[in-house]
Amino acid sequence: MYTLSNRLRLFSIILMVVGGIGLVSGFLTTPGTVEEVKEMMAAHDAHGGGHGESHAEESGHGDQSHGEATVDEHGGDAHYEHVLHQLQNKPWASLYVAAFFFFMIALGVLAFYAIQFAAQAGWSPVLFRVMEAITAYLVPGGIILFVILALSGFHVNHLFVWADPKVVEHDALIQGKSGWLNGTGFIIRAAIFLGGWLLYRHFAIKYSRLQDEDAAGNKWYKKSFKISAGFLVFFIYTESMMSWDWIMSFDPHWFSTLFGWYVFASLFVSGITTIALITIYLKSKGYMEFVNNSHIHDLAKFMFGISIFWTYLWFSQFMLIWYSNIPEEVTYFITRIEDYKLPFFGMLVMNFIFPLLVLMNSDFKRVNWFVVMAGVVILCGHYIDVYNMIMPATVGESWFIGVSEISAVLLFLGLFLFVVFRALTKAPLLAKGNPYIEESKHFHY
Amino acid sequence: MASKVIHALYIDDDVLMDAVKKVRAEHYHIEEVFTPFPVHGLDKAMGLPHTRLAIASFMYGCVGLTVAILMMNFIMIEDWPQDIGGKPSFSYLENMPAFVPIMFELTVFFAAHLMVITFYMRSRLWPFKEAENPDVRTTDDHFLMEVDAGSHDVDTLTSLLSDTGAVEIKVIDKEEDNH
Repeated sequence: MYTLSNRLRLFSIILMVVGGIGLVSGFLTTPGTVEEVKEMMAAHDAHGGGHGESHAEESGHGDQSHGEATVDEHGGDAHYEHVLHQLQNKPWASLYVAAFFFFMIALGVLAFYAIQFAAQAGWSPVLFRVMEAITAYLVPGGIILFVILALSGFHVNHLFVWADPKVVEHDALIQGKSGWLNGTGFIIRAAIFLGGWLLYRHFAIKYSRLQDEDAAGNKWYKKSFKISAGFLVFFIYTESMMSWDWIMSFDPHWFSTLFGWYVFASLFVSGITTIALITIYLKSKGYMEFVNNSHIHDLAKFMFGISIFWTYLWFSQFMLIWYSNIPEEVTYFITRIEDYKLPFFGMLVMNFIFPLLVLMNSDFKRVNWFVVMAGVVILCGHYIDVYNMIMPATVGESWFIGVSEISAVLLFLGLFLFVVFRALTKAPLLAKGNPYIEESKHFHY
Repeated sequence: MASKVIHALYIDDDVLMDAVKKVRAEHYHIEEVFTPFPVHGLDKAMGLPHTRLAIASFMYGCVGLTVAILMMNFIMIEDWPQDIGGKPSFSYLENMPAFVPIMFELTVFFAAHLMVITFYMRSRLWPFKEAENPDVRTTDDHFLMEVDAGSHDVDTLTSLLSDTGAVEIKVIDKEEDNH
């Protein structure tokens, strides 16, 4: 049995407290009026300089439609009001990015876990308890995300422009989509998605524990197999719709048909990387002696492979839109390349080139510190990936990674570590009832 | 120089694996093992050095990538400048997304083909090559272990081999090394 050390508990609580304080201060320091924005920007321009021109252009921003209606009436102040809205969105958006990022790690692990059962994989059962513990985060993470989504869907904050009746009034395209994109439908769908995933999680864990107690006839294992196969069908539909609702609808004029797969690749690789990191951590603490370096090798192969799969989907989406150059589509990438050059291209280096070069060699995949280094970079890269998907539509060019972004990550990292490691203490680290456990222990490549 | 080798035949790959480990534990030198199909882990059990084919493949891939870049830069940018996707920039870097599929394909093409050719040459396989395996049954259902008798006592070695489950043991005087 794993026992949660006091140091780790304290560390995660400190992370949560520091993150919470930082996030609150992020909310409190957002400017309330146009005058404050002017002061801030004057102070910024004084030592930054030359920043004003790029703000004034605003041309790539047609689809944001936040300031659009007000341009004619207010003249000069319209731009500052636009920036004001962006800055007011910023703490909300950073909260959303971090909440979604840690939730998607747990969701990716849940999908990976279900695939192990559905495929009757023989190599992985020694890692099942780690996966089960990571999916424990789905419960608090899902509830928090649901609350944020409900607040956004009913326009308590301004994250989703389609939730703002004033915007929809002037926007024929969003009006046409309002049958799907409306607060009530949004919340009902979120409840169905989260409900289905949590339901599978509940029964999968329950059967896994019962199989340990009563392995005769593999009754519980067979049940796990059945619900896993069913869950995967449910998951691939709901995951796709989730990505439209929770991410793609930030840019309600834009659409991409492979967006669901793209988000899936991101959450899958983040989840697998987290399994590898936590397994290596537990091994370093003297637990999980039954995990050998062949298991780590296989996880690293998945990290390598799914990183390339992610790049393949990213590029498939990018190239077609770049090539055809249709204004309503290409605006998505133009905003990102013009305003988010560093995170946009930096993410490609972190998510593709770095894992490609570091994890290509077969021997390196067995070296723990190599896997950890690649894993940390992959996780940071996918955080930036989520950041790039959400920030351009919510804060536009007023982005920077400041107090609220870092605090939100710390807050959810603390919560994630606390929940996951507490869940690890709930059951033995070896799922001894699993029929493939002996094969998995002797797994050797 | 004439040297004695012993051919031990097995009919099961698991028995063969155990035999290889035992013979090596007794410090005999295994010249070669002939099998009808690849036996997983046999290379490690025989103590063969790790293959360097992967490194060769990586270098071939780099060559392919370079060829693709130089070729398209010449064809699409320098020799006959193309207006790609309505964006006549005539710069390789700005048109790069359009070239990525070809860069990828040529990397794979060079890596795969040159790796196969390297593998054949390294394994001394070419058209009309005389087969090297000493017993035709190794292409069907038998496994053959060739042990160098050298200065060892042949009788002890044969009894060790029959203990490991060999179904047939032959002592061969080799006139020349066919390697």
